[in-house]
Amino acid sequence: MSNIELVFPEIFISLSIMFLLILGVFKKNSSKIIQNLSLLILLITAVITFNETLSVKQITLFNESVIIDYLSSFMKIVTLLAAFVVLLISPNYLRAFKIFKIEYPILILSSVLGMMIMISSNDLIVFYMGLELQSLALYVLATFDRDKLKSSEAGLKYFVLSALSSGLLLYGCSLIYGFTGSTNFDVIANQFNANEYAITFGIVFILVGLAFKISAVPFHMWAPDVYEGSPTSVTLFFTIVPKIAALTVFIRFLFVPFLNLIEQWQMILVFLSIASMLFGAIAAIGQKNLKRLIAYSSISHVGYALAGLATGSNDGVQSSIIYIIIYIIMNLGFFSCLLMMKRNNVYYEQIDDLSGLSKNHPMLSLSLLIILFSLAGIPPLAGFFAKFYIFKSVIEQSMYFLAIVGLLATVVAAFYYLRIIKIMYFDKEKESYDKDHSLGLKFSLTFSTLIILLYFIFPSQLVDAVSNINII
Amino acid sequence: MIDVGLGHYLTLGAVIFSIGVIGIFLNRKNIIVILMSIELILLAVNINLVSFSIYLGDLSGQVFTLFILTVAAAEAAIGLAIIVVYYRNAGTIRVEEIDKLKG
Repeated sequence: MSNIELVFPEIFISLSIMFLLILGVFKKNSSKIIQNLSLLILLITAVITFNETLSVKQITLFNESVIIDYLSSFMKIVTLLAAFVVLLISPNYLRAFKIFKIEYPILILSSVLGMMIMISSNDLIVFYMGLELQSLALYVLATFDRDKLKSSEAGLKYFVLSALSSGLLLYGCSLIYGFTGSTNFDVIANQFNANEYAITFGIVFILVGLAFKISAVPFHMWAPDVYEGSPTSVTLFFTIVPKIAALTVFIRFLFVPFLNLIEQWQMILVFLSIASMLFGAIAAIGQKNLKRLIAYSSISHVGYALAGLATGSNDGVQSSIIYIIIYIIMNLGFFSCLLMMKRNNVYYEQIDDLSGLSKNHPMLSLSLLIILFSLAGIPPLAGFFAKFYIFKSVIEQSMYFLAIVGLLATVVAAFYYLRIIKIMYFDKEKESYDKDHSLGLKFSLTFSTLIILLYFIFPSQLVDAVSNINII
Repeated sequence: MIDVGLGHYLTLGAVIFSIGVIGIFLNRKNIIVILMSIELILLAVNINLVSFSIYLGDLSGQVFTLFILTVAAAEAAIGLAIIVVYYRNAGTIRVEEIDKLKG
């Protein structure tokens, strides 16, 4: 095995997980040490990935079951950095709920390991193992506040629906395996024969399973409940990190094994995208809980990312990746604000709790204003550019209907973002919130706000980084 | 006597799979039944994979089956643990009473 150094990131992170587990068992009160070590491990893994694999053009390992290319290395680094920031801002919240335990960082690390395997899988078996490693850790994370009814209910619902979606996905995999004779993506791509009904059947099952994971309508019903019930720091993790891996897997499936059947899946993706954009925008209007609102907003954002994939072009894929990265940064900022709304160790998460925020916390409400404008897609903030790239690539493929529906959904969605801003700036003020936030929280809020605000000055950095991704 | 061929196994798999999916959606009583339905779905997939593997003369389907069996065990363990945690908090595992989160 000559290229073993290409999987060093995965090897390193899995050995570290085992080490941390042993450390956590044998050392009393070690949650703080393990938290800091996990942060370090995520950073080191990102650096190893950057050094070892980012320059690799395309290499397959382990009998072609693992693929290392620019897409996988890039998405792994994004996943690791996003998980790093989530872990960085969680401790104060977890302490307030008395769930600052050793398991939390370890579970996050193992789900990140699962996502890394998913991202670089080139074989159905490897893909399934990565997916399950990720989901099993996420079930436990959703239930992490185990003495609260809400959190355990969120975990239960997530478990049932996610296990069902894995089952659907597996059934699709078994059909694909049976009718192509291989589990390897490249072999499957060569064996495809569009006249086989069974293969179309398999593709539909796999797309349904993946749509469940990325919470696209009509397979979104778990998202609002799980996002509301889970502890806020876990919700933050759910909204950003698994989405990166799921989007990469979507890209990998659609453009490697299923590429020859583009007519079969394009309509499905257009439908998923339109339904998600519209439903996410309309259902969010009546919400009172901020976490639930952000769940619907994430459904509609996923719709835009899928619109990029539905074009079936390289430009579309690149703009989807840019979209999801900017979405991550916006969500990070939004949740940092949410984690700052606490008073005497009680966290507030209703929209009404924001009323009159600008009187007591001018800076916090200014950042939230910028983030919400960006989520709504108002120029010149980053969210506008994200949508702009998507619409540009959609229109280039002359899919005008998709573009028009997307624009309409943006207008509807702007309503509920602007309503939060109205409540924040013009409603009666309430008691002020605590101001003693951790350094990590302040850092992530400042960082995300600045990136959103200043993105238009240096847009080429991100575009250049993504432009190396040539999947087709 | 009829020859039992690939088609029969696939039909069996499809029937068990459908029973599993329908079991999840029609069941209004007990969460344990949902857990059993999930196991049924995974077993249907295993039947499919093994019969394809024999039919194609290719081993990777059987390897896949072994992985699925292992993962199904882990999934059942975590699922039961979550159900126990939920039962401690809510005092019930009736499906229609799991409705604290909605809107």
